[in-house]
Amino acid sequence: MLRLPPFEYYTPQKITEAVSLKARFGEDAMYSAGGTDLYPNMKRKQCTPKTLIGLQELKELSLINFDDDGMSLGSGISLNEVANHPEIQKLYPALSKAASLVSAPQLRNMGTIGGNLCLDTRCTYYNQTYPWRKALGFCLKKDGDICWVARSSPVCLAISSSDCAPVAVALNAEFHLTGENGQRIIAAEDFYLNDGISYLNKTHDELLVSIRIPSHEGWLMSYKKLRRRDSIDFPVLSVATAFHLDKAGVCINARIVLGAVASCPLRALQAETLLKGEIPNAELIETSAIAAAKLAKPMDNTDMTLGYRKKMAANFVKEAINEALGR
Amino acid sequence: MSKSSKFDWIGKSWTQVGGLAKAKGETVYADDLFLPRMLYAKMLGSPHAHALIKNIDVSPALEMPGVIAAITGKDLPIPYGILPVSQDETALCVDKVRMVGDPVAAVAAIDEETAEAALEEIAVEYEPLPSIISIEDALSEEKVQIHQYAAQGNVHKKVSLEFGDTESGFSQADHIRQELFYYEGSTHLPLEQHAAVAQMGANNRLTLWSSTQTPHYVHRTLSKVLEMPSSQIRVIATPVGGGFGGKTDPFQHEIVACKLAMLTGRPVKLTLTREEVFYTHRGRHPVLMWVKAGIKSDGSITALHFRNFLDGGAYGSYGVASTFYTGALQTVTYPIGNYKFEAMRVFTNKAPCGPKRGHGTPQPRFAMEVLLDKFAEDLGVDPAELRLRHLVPGNSRTVNHLTVTTNGLGECIRKATQVSEFNKKRRKSPPGKGVGLACSAYLSGAGLPIYWNKMPHSGVQIKIDRGGGVTVFCGSVDIGQGSDSILAGIVAEELGIHIQNIIIVTADTDLTPVDLGSYSSRVTLMTGNAAIAAVKPLREQILSAASEVLKIEAEDLTIKNEKILLKNGYRELAAFVEAVQWAESKFGTLGSVGSYTPPRHGGDYKGSGVGPSPNYSYSACVAEVYCDSESGFYSVEKIWIAHDIGQAINEKLVIGQVEGSVYMGLGEAMMEEQVYWPGKSDIGGLHKNPSMLDYKSPTSLDMPEIETILVETNDPEGPYGAKEAGQGPLLPVMPAIANAIYNAVGVRVDEVPITPDKIYKGLQNIKSAKKQKHWLPGRIGPTTFPNVEFPEPIHVDPPC
Repeated sequence: MLRLPPFEYYTPQKITEAVSLKARFGEDAMYSAGGTDLYPNMKRKQCTPKTLIGLQELKELSLINFDDDGMSLGSGISLNEVANHPEIQKLYPALSKAASLVSAPQLRNMGTIGGNLCLDTRCTYYNQTYPWRKALGFCLKKDGDICWVARSSPVCLAISSSDCAPVAVALNAEFHLTGENGQRIIAAEDFYLNDGISYLNKTHDELLVSIRIPSHEGWLMSYKKLRRRDSIDFPVLSVATAFHLDKAGVCINARIVLGAVASCPLRALQAETLLKGEIPNAELIETSAIAAAKLAKPMDNTDMTLGYRKKMAANFVKEAINEALGR
Repeated sequence: MSKSSKFDWIGKSWTQVGGLAKAKGETVYADDLFLPRMLYAKMLGSPHAHALIKNIDVSPALEMPGVIAAITGKDLPIPYGILPVSQDETALCVDKVRMVGDPVAAVAAIDEETAEAALEEIAVEYEPLPSIISIEDALSEEKVQIHQYAAQGNVHKKVSLEFGDTESGFSQADHIRQELFYYEGSTHLPLEQHAAVAQMGANNRLTLWSSTQTPHYVHRTLSKVLEMPSSQIRVIATPVGGGFGGKTDPFQHEIVACKLAMLTGRPVKLTLTREEVFYTHRGRHPVLMWVKAGIKSDGSITALHFRNFLDGGAYGSYGVASTFYTGALQTVTYPIGNYKFEAMRVFTNKAPCGPKRGHGTPQPRFAMEVLLDKFAEDLGVDPAELRLRHLVPGNSRTVNHLTVTTNGLGECIRKATQVSEFNKKRRKSPPGKGVGLACSAYLSGAGLPIYWNKMPHSGVQIKIDRGGGVTVFCGSVDIGQGSDSILAGIVAEELGIHIQNIIIVTADTDLTPVDLGSYSSRVTLMTGNAAIAAVKPLREQILSAASEVLKIEAEDLTIKNEKILLKNGYRELAAFVEAVQWAESKFGTLGSVGSYTPPRHGGDYKGSGVGPSPNYSYSACVAEVYCDSESGFYSVEKIWIAHDIGQAINEKLVIGQVEGSVYMGLGEAMMEEQVYWPGKSDIGGLHKNPSMLDYKSPTSLDMPEIETILVETNDPEGPYGAKEAGQGPLLPVMPAIANAIYNAVGVRVDEVPITPDKIYKGLQNIKSAKKQKHWLPGRIGPTTFPNVEFPEPIHVDPPC
């Protein structure tokens, strides 16, 4: 079988300790939360950290707090806990749904919300074993200098494949990071970069400690995921939505985010603008969905044909809007 | 459901022999073996799809601490292959590589990590050759040959047979259809990766433990390649964690482990990675089919013509047999007046195809059953009715000289359509819902062995201990299908004792008589008959001794529930164990042998060796689907499947085999694809999805409810009337789903897998065709067929 390369494993008890270990070992070290994505990647030598800093004993990462202004979610909470937490299900159903659709039950027991939000981007040419990538001639993202998806592309086109990230953007979440130089708060939308290699706006030592999601009382939301099978598979297209309607049914605020169509979640700003200030009827929803779908420029680097994934985008956005609005 | 009260064990559902050990984690698989001083081996695969090997230098690897030995193709130059006509493999490539992953060198080291690191140090110089990745490439490329022994260019095998006169058959037809179908390749995906452990004993005897379905054939191959007498080699098949045909060839890793064990004098383990299992393959051949069929207005088939192209991959494997199988079994379900079968298997620079569950028959069966659905629509006849009108009768011979003893397909169709309410649902279902029917047949064991000989196909040896324990020795391999349970059940039934007192020793060439292996659905029928034959003399000895002691005629005695009984009235006279001791006193040590050789069914034309079987199982399947008319996404809601089992030996195991077959068929129908980048790109021949995440196979959530109906036909050739169960029920699943999709949304997908994007395309075509008249708008499938000359067929007259 594929073997894990050798590494040293640290189990810090405090966040500051974890961060200083990371600062000390630098780029050769990696944080490990659930490890469900990291260890397979290490076996395939997509990353070969000499040091792993295990986060499982950091109690602060497993706190959940609800207050009038929203919720704070520790990054170490398991995806199953996020999926099954009654309060989260009630207050942020799109988030619990997204978490419930990640991979398979066993992996959701180990995998964490923080891990999913920081999930490495994925690509057909990258998520392969070392001998396979060697036969290919390696790629831009790891060990090579060419993007096999689009050979003239100067940037890596690996796909953002997190289920929770589009929801975090749609719910205007803030990520609390702790690094060597102290703490920092960044909007989810700004945390993700459209670059398959540098896909997170954070320094190597910064640790995602918690996720703050503002109160969405009265909002309507949804998450939809396209994939081949009902379990295990990563999204090949996803849509997260959140709407605030007034009593007359006028849309005061709208957020529509597409996942798995680029190296980061993409906000469908034009569609949002179309909906804002209007009462969303079937025609408007259709128009907005078509506008949002224009953002989807899928590449041929994940499951299902790119033509189909592109064709499905408008349908999917429409269904996601309708689902959120209870239509 | 079968309720055969005349038996104590047969037809009942006793717990699978070895089942509890598996559930408790006690079963020792090949990779679980750890021997003192054991080394770990790894093989270095080719990064090129097609290249000459100019030089290999293993010395840097050998210099690494912990590396004990390294070998290349020069150390194992003798070619081998499962079929005598296709001796085209070597354990490590000698002068050229024919696919990505083709092993060129191997190392043995103190642990797997060291072995893996050592591979990186081996320097290989290649001279890349143009790669041939598709059927079309293989047919058009004349200069670059993957194998020089090919029939022509890259055509491995050509077949051309004509039974009767198809031209005149077509002239008698009222309706003729010509269709193209494509069946994508898929792999077995066993949960257990192939693994082997080899040890050269101090007595210079070599032992190989391997996860194999065919220890006897591995035994023969090792003798040839290692140039050792068979008597010095012992092959033990470990419990197999899923085979499905993927562990039926002799494999590179087995030979390499042996060679390294011989060189180092230490035990060597070699376990394949999941990726290597994808390259080892021997799975379903991609087959492109052109079919012409003529029927009369009553639906009877006057002529059938199949023309098949098989994409064989880099090596022969079972491919010649697979090629014949794409033509052999079309005839055993519905009578065919005249039949022409032409096929070509080509070599390509991809993992070699071979026997996967159903071996060569699911592809033409898919074509056949979709075609019948189309004919039923042409004639305005119910698809079940069309099939029921024309069934091959029992005790008959088909146009290609196959002997059909019993055929329970009629009852299968009636029961499956009845419980599923097929007729009602077919005519009227809610939008998006639809049902489809398809049928099939499969052999209960190949009538001929892999290599020509007149010896038995299966042997069973039995010894009885004075304490009443009965040990059964047989070369057969339990690959999860339950063959150990079948042996135990049959011996228990014949001896009138409890299964718990039977010890099964199987698949060890030092200990067990030859059985050809777990392939072609042969084990229940063949080892079953051999077991019955082996018990007979023992039972006679026991009853004869009891007769003498009890002073009652032997024919008035019987054995039941571990007791000697008076047949008439079941009066208990003695314990079984007592009678065993009487028999040993009278006859000496108790032991017996029995064997089975299949009857010589079938014709005597060239190619007639593939297709004959002692009997054929039949299946009828109804699938119900729901398909979203916007996206083309669909789910299979329920499967009803009726299977002519002849007689269930263990009903629960039969249902398990049927459900497993449905699962595997569902994967092929819906999503599974063993596919590669095309040859023209510079990464041509690279496998697209060699992992369990990317190779899409259904999860438990994708599995529908299955209702299995067993039909009993009490076949004269099978033990107690039994037929096979392990492969046949897979065959009708794919066409049943294709027919159901058509019934649901009007899209005809004439290829597998039937994916949402193909249905979506069909739905879009239908929408646009409403504006502009278009022929068959909702049909998705191949549109071109290579224009290649087939040889003049061998003409065979149908049997009188």
